[in-house]
Amino acid sequence: MLEVKAISKAFRGLRAVREASFAVPEGDINGLIGPNGAGKTTIFNIIAGVYAPDTGSVVFNDEEIHGLRPDQVCAAGIGRTFQIVKPFAGLSVLDNVIVGALHRERGVASARAYSVAILEKLGLGSKRDLLASSLTLPDRKRLEVARALATRPRLLLLDEVMAGLRPTECDEMVEVFRELNRRDGLTILLIEHVMRAVMALAKHIGVLHHGEVIARGTPAEVVRNPAVLECYLGEETEV
Amino acid sequence: MSRSRVALSLLVAALAVLPAFAGPYALSVATLVLYFAYTGQAWNVMMGFAGQLSLGHSLYVGVGAYTAGAIFFHYGIGPWAGLWLAILLCVLLGAVIGFLAFRFGISGVYFALLTIAFAEFTRIGFDHLDWVGGPGGMFLRVAQRDTWDIANFRGPPLMYYYVILALAALAFVLCHFLLKSRPGYYWRAIRENEEAAQALGINAFRWKLYAVALSSAMTAVAGVFFAFYYNNLFPEQIFNISRSIEIILGPIIGGLGTLFGPILGAVVLTLLSDGITELLAALGWEIPGVKQVFYGVVLLVVVMFLPHGIWPALARRLKLDA
Repeated sequence: MLEVKAISKAFRGLRAVREASFAVPEGDINGLIGPNGAGKTTIFNIIAGVYAPDTGSVVFNDEEIHGLRPDQVCAAGIGRTFQIVKPFAGLSVLDNVIVGALHRERGVASARAYSVAILEKLGLGSKRDLLASSLTLPDRKRLEVARALATRPRLLLLDEVMAGLRPTECDEMVEVFRELNRRDGLTILLIEHVMRAVMALAKHIGVLHHGEVIARGTPAEVVRNPAVLECYLGEETEV
Repeated sequence: MSRSRVALSLLVAALAVLPAFAGPYALSVATLVLYFAYTGQAWNVMMGFAGQLSLGHSLYVGVGAYTAGAIFFHYGIGPWAGLWLAILLCVLLGAVIGFLAFRFGISGVYFALLTIAFAEFTRIGFDHLDWVGGPGGMFLRVAQRDTWDIANFRGPPLMYYYVILALAALAFVLCHFLLKSRPGYYWRAIRENEEAAQALGINAFRWKLYAVALSSAMTAVAGVFFAFYYNNLFPEQIFNISRSIEIILGPIIGGLGTLFGPILGAVVLTLLSDGITELLAALGWEIPGVKQVFYGVVLLVVVMFLPHGIWPALARRLKLDA
């Protein structure tokens, strides 16, 4: 469904992403992990149309999407959340989601109905009339997801939505994504530091280090990969 | 019927019968209040809804006024035809400014500077445009003031009062409708966070241009009104930056992005400032610039104690919504 082919991106000499390639098949939940500064968010921003890659291509459903604007990428069927949450602070929680829902819905009334259902699903139903600025960080992360889902994406890019959640909240969120994946056939690509979530959700994982994909495989394979261990923990030693 | 609807109906009814009780001076003040309520509403579409700060709205007032005024002056074509030309020109100007700014990523303070720059060079341009009288101004013929001549927009002050009342009411209804529908959601999303809005499929460039176009079109209409109400136009006055500031103070003091803010702000500023000027005159003191000082004081007080404007605080107190 999504193919990232040898993309590179440099910022004033800092090579944030180097020849990164990976693919996300339709119906999968895949993960992208790596230490801070490895280039994960840059890759998301390239897929989502915030940056154009210097070289390489991004293909979504057999169409090249690199170089499209963010709103065009959204229209193509890719939803995304922001690692540093960007709520519409002065609007109510419900209105935040309605903005997203209006992308596919004809009118405000049907967008509202759809948004209410999404907020229920994410456990924000009782908070829908609050201002988004009054939400706690975990709730803002949920709002990010709700808003992205409201655009009815076929591929959802999740940028560290579990960070800051308590383990039980994290498990609830994992369950939400599993269900979206199973029932609605939503394909998901997630960047995550919370290994508990990645291990539970992802079928395949790519590991980024210094902008390069250094390992790929199932979660079980990846955590045994010496290169991965080295970049996360330093070299392996007997304990 | 909600409390705010009742309040609004009462307000409209009061304004409709006001001329029966008001003398000529009070009527002229009421006309001015409604004029600023209308222009404030127009400006609010750009800043309050879409978050694009224009400090050069006198540009649209001026171009609107001069366009309709000049074709009346030279060719005797009435303002109902001139209105459309005025709107067209102002929308084009707004689109040019918006295109330049949004295409090249000029936003915030720099966008505001660009709007000032356009208003200023237009002012200087008109100073050198002999066709409309240059700095000496343009004076529209005042043939008769006794009977209503709606076709040529000539008549007694009462006619102007009702016309601007209708305009202010229409602008209110239009903004109310827009705020509740797609444009309102998209504009507010862009105002709150443009990057997030784009990620949700909103073409920010296009929607910001729509806001500028609508705001400039509405302001052009105010300009046409201005030309035929005052009958004299000077570039130095009409394009002056202080005119732009006058337009924006109402909505800021009343409440940015709210529907009642521009109305409330216009009432507070115009009534109080004219009241103070009158009071001082009655006491025998002529203090030049007292109005500007007053504006400054009101702005300071509101910014310090009611940073969201008077209306949101008042609405909470009165249990009115939006």
